[in-house]
Amino acid sequence: MMENKKKIGAFLSEYAAFIALVLLVIVLGIISPEFRTASNFLNLLRQATFNGLIAFGMTCVILSDGIDLSVGSTFALSAIICAELIMMDVATGWAILIALFAGTLLGAISGLLVAKGRLQPFIATLITMTAYRGLAMIITDGKPISRLAYNIESESGAELFKTLGKGNIELGVVSIPVPAIILVIALLVFWFMLNKTTFGRKIYATGSNAKCANLVGVNVSKTKIIVYSISGFMSALAGLIMISRVDSAQPVLGDGYELDAIAAVALGGTSMSGGRGKISGTFAGVLIIAVLNNGLNILGVSTYYQEVIKAIVILIAVMSDRKR
Amino acid sequence: MNVEMKGINKSFGTNQVLKNAGFNLKDGEVHALMGENGAGKSTLMKILTGVYTRDEGTVLVDGQEVMYKNPQEAEKAGIVFIYQELNVLFDLTVEENLFMGKEITKKFGICDKKAMIAKAQEMLDKMGVHIPVTATMTELSVGQQQMIEICKALMVDAKVLIMDEPTAALTQSETKVLFDVIKSLKKKGVSIVYISHRMEEIFELCDRITVLRDGAYIDTKEIKDINMDDIVQMMIGRTIGERFPKRDEKIGKEVLKVDGLTSGNLFKNVSFSVKAGEVVGFSGLMGAGRTEIMQAIFGNLPVESGKILIEGKEVVIKNPRQAIAAGIGFITEDRKTEGLLLEKTIAENIEIANLKKISKKTVIRKELQNVLVDKGIKDFKIKCTGPEHECNNLSGGNQQKVVLAKWIATEPKILILDEPTRGVDIGAKKEIYSVINDLAKKGVAVILVSSELPEVLGMSDRIVVVHEGKITGVVEASDADQAKIMTLATGGSL
Repeated sequence: MMENKKKIGAFLSEYAAFIALVLLVIVLGIISPEFRTASNFLNLLRQATFNGLIAFGMTCVILSDGIDLSVGSTFALSAIICAELIMMDVATGWAILIALFAGTLLGAISGLLVAKGRLQPFIATLITMTAYRGLAMIITDGKPISRLAYNIESESGAELFKTLGKGNIELGVVSIPVPAIILVIALLVFWFMLNKTTFGRKIYATGSNAKCANLVGVNVSKTKIIVYSISGFMSALAGLIMISRVDSAQPVLGDGYELDAIAAVALGGTSMSGGRGKISGTFAGVLIIAVLNNGLNILGVSTYYQEVIKAIVILIAVMSDRKR
Repeated sequence: MNVEMKGINKSFGTNQVLKNAGFNLKDGEVHALMGENGAGKSTLMKILTGVYTRDEGTVLVDGQEVMYKNPQEAEKAGIVFIYQELNVLFDLTVEENLFMGKEITKKFGICDKKAMIAKAQEMLDKMGVHIPVTATMTELSVGQQQMIEICKALMVDAKVLIMDEPTAALTQSETKVLFDVIKSLKKKGVSIVYISHRMEEIFELCDRITVLRDGAYIDTKEIKDINMDDIVQMMIGRTIGERFPKRDEKIGKEVLKVDGLTSGNLFKNVSFSVKAGEVVGFSGLMGAGRTEIMQAIFGNLPVESGKILIEGKEVVIKNPRQAIAAGIGFITEDRKTEGLLLEKTIAENIEIANLKKISKKTVIRKELQNVLVDKGIKDFKIKCTGPEHECNNLSGGNQQKVVLAKWIATEPKILILDEPTRGVDIGAKKEIYSVINDLAKKGVAVILVSSELPEVLGMSDRIVVVHEGKITGVVEASDADQAKIMTLATGGSL
């Protein structure tokens, strides 16, 4: 009897985020017929892409006992770089690759500050967050760059650019948004990396006890730098999907995105002090936030109330996870 | 104050940790409480001090039945528990720590700092220890921090003092000061419960001994009536034979040669060598620089000058990765902060040191993983529910075995063990000694750093003695005794 209770308790805390997600979907599905349509679910998945990609990178950073506040700024700066390159008539493919590389580099700088500069992750990424946002402003002079697709000369280039954020892939009767596909592929890649590769082990070991990890031969500095680079890459990828979708790049893009990403990671049960957590949990966390945003919008709840309701849901989920 | 505990039962969930446990403490005696890790010593003391409530049994203090609800209540009655993990506020000063929660105040609750500093100084002087009361705790050595804990206990006028492994992190001179304090407390009629794994201390300090085994009371004896073997037999229920198992010496070629290693004022001009199949003991006072020398050889501390040769070839070691690649393994002094990923499983701990062995092209392979981990658990007889057992929930001895298993799986040519048996019970100690012997037999060059003289003497082929960062002597085991080592360790010459 007691054994069973324990097992149920362990199960509940293990899958707290998923259970919360299922309950939310059921409740919203009952209240709103509009919510429970297939097209709305696909829409929801597309909306979740930005936070999802960023949160996957953030999960790795937090697992290594760090935090990355610069994701929103990296998102904007990478997007701006891509947009500027497009306006300079650089081939779209190259513009995208260079922007992704830039994002990775921006992340690596945060990583260097943490690993080699020995700054607290919070402070290091507060610095890069501020700097990158400033750079984005300087490059654009604070103005948006619009009508990107229109400005791409080659037809195939314009097509490629549009596909990233607006494309659909037909699968029988449903057409699945490209961003949602990217999100799912990213989930699989991260799952494989964290669970099946030696690098994944190094991330967990670094976050669990960096001193011990170092003594058994884990290159802790390198691990940290790579983890922040991954976070930068993911932010840039999300940024590119965003500008493709809205067809313009603004220096204020992604403001506050770090908080949604951290919230998703926390919802997913990852320990804020590192070493413990799962990518599937983060995915559930991302979906919870997306479902809340989407569902409350459909129900016509005012955005002011939405924030408070989101806060309460996060509180409940995190509290129930703490009870192990 | 005398204390009597009888027929104490206590379960956590389905796990009964105490079954009919008990002991009695007389006025002004030093009473050793012994047993293997997990025998229930700490739990019994926590029941006395109100940290846990008992399920059954009686506790009499001066003949009155008591049931303290919390440690504060026990403290008021004069019973204080000094934990192994010190309970001090590291960023505050000595005086602030001593008066935490019992500040001397002037009008309107304003702290009378002067009065507190004076009182604190008086208390420390009375104990005969010299610690500046305005220093912050982090500036003090562990031994001094321990003294502050004891001082705190005396400030509440403790009549019963429970000490859990108080000497585990103390230097020899600090231990001596502690023993002097304990002896003077005893004279003043304070009763002391002394929990320790160090036999020598029990015989030096204690009047009587009570042994617990698997949560049950075994026996109480006068120290003068028994010897070490009796205690061991009571603790584990059988004799373990020779305390330091013998090994057949088959010493081979020189594997490690350290030549003129120097690092600032930590250590200077350190030269020694270790041969295959040889166990070289490193002795010295705490703070002599033994650990630092080992950390430097392992690439975890920068070196200014000097050479390290492995099998005759000079090697460059600037970080632990290079040391591991050169065939060195290092079991650190502090398994909790450096040796283990505590919140991770046994499997994960063994695997992290052997990532190359369990993967192909950086992808982890289940079959390789299982073989490696199962072998570790079996070879070292780690008591656990399986590879997924979290290291947090293992006893000290089993934690140390995980550390050993992880390093030995890397198949090192040279293995450095820094205080491998600290805080480990006698049964596990003996198993660790056997492991060391097996390694030596297989031709591994072993360096054993230890503060326990009997251990160094019992296990080593040669003993290197370090004093203030310099090697003051190398003694052949056949030629060594405690007096010689101590002379060298304190800077004398033979």
